[in-house]
Amino acid sequence: MISNQPLYRREVVKCLLDERNDLLVVSGLGSATYDCAAAGDNEKNFYLWGAMGGSVPVALGLSIAQPNKPVLVITGDGDLLMGLGALTTVGSQAPKNLSIVVLDNEIYGETGAQPTATANGIDLNAIARACSLNVIDDVFNLEKVKELSQTLDLGKGPTFANIKVRQETPPKILPSTDGVFLKNRFRDAVLS
Amino acid sequence: MNSPQNPDLTNENSIKWSISVYELLHKHFIRQVVYVPDSGHSSLINQCHSDRGLETIVVSTEEEGVAHLSGAWLGGDRGLMLMQSSGVGNCVNMFSLITECRIPFVTLITMRGQWGEFNPWQVQMGQNTVEILRLSGFVVHAIDHQEDVVETIDAGLKLAFDSSKAVAILLSQRLIGRKEFIEK
Repeated sequence: MISNQPLYRREVVKCLLDERNDLLVVSGLGSATYDCAAAGDNEKNFYLWGAMGGSVPVALGLSIAQPNKPVLVITGDGDLLMGLGALTTVGSQAPKNLSIVVLDNEIYGETGAQPTATANGIDLNAIARACSLNVIDDVFNLEKVKELSQTLDLGKGPTFANIKVRQETPPKILPSTDGVFLKNRFRDAVLS
Repeated sequence: MNSPQNPDLTNENSIKWSISVYELLHKHFIRQVVYVPDSGHSSLINQCHSDRGLETIVVSTEEEGVAHLSGAWLGGDRGLMLMQSSGVGNCVNMFSLITECRIPFVTLITMRGQWGEFNPWQVQMGQNTVEILRLSGFVVHAIDHQEDVVETIDAGLKLAFDSSKAVAILLSQRLIGRKEFIEK
């Protein structure tokens, strides 16, 4: 049965990262970082704790440096909206190993649930499509999320999926905030 | 109609130092060059684009370039960012990524609003670029004279990658030449 209820963000991220193998993950600040930590801390996660708008370009630079490894951005609608121009750069560079998943709850969840532009019908998938990204539409249940997760290492990117999630505040699972530690751990894992 | 002209771009010396800077990119194993264009960087940008061993990428805003090169470093690539002084203001919060994670970062900045500027809208950033960079944790090297270009950029690249620092190298408006707008 197909449900039109928005998904639970933690279930989406857990499903995406369940069989991650070599996947390199960059998470956007706030809830997306907590979601990735909640799915299991991993040396191949690079968590942003700030630098809002930075998750997509960080992942783009990484995907160009490591063209043979799949790179996944997991971020929120607020972070993506702050760096929307980066989608034009991703489309121009067209790295086949890069995927971007937006957990779209239509609010700035960290700051008092103010509505984002997506609450007013702004369609991030349409924007990504206009930037020549390979957009996966209608990811509205966990089966679709699973299907998406199985395409991440196929080199068919740049892939983009906006996934509507519930407006909820799951328990905060906080990874390290030590940027030097996170950087060194990630580089050791990637370059070893 | 106004058309920008920068006489120094065709100046032999300007082309000569951009060739020398390009050679430094190889010496220091730079793999990714990101930029928001400026006429003062145009010779170097063209050289980078025609080098298949480099990834040369135009970004939509300078802060995107800061994040991009942070990701490049996470993946093992050394980078260089080219921008003009106005772009520094666009980067301020994103600089927290490189300082907090101590990511080696080098940017060559062509100065506007500094020396004989005709456009008042460039002056605010031009006059505050050094201070903003220092407040953001950068080591700042300013170049006023042609004979210092190669040595200073060489030293800046070495400092950034050997000491894991954020380094900004400022190419003064005196050096690159004033931008002239001529009525046609």
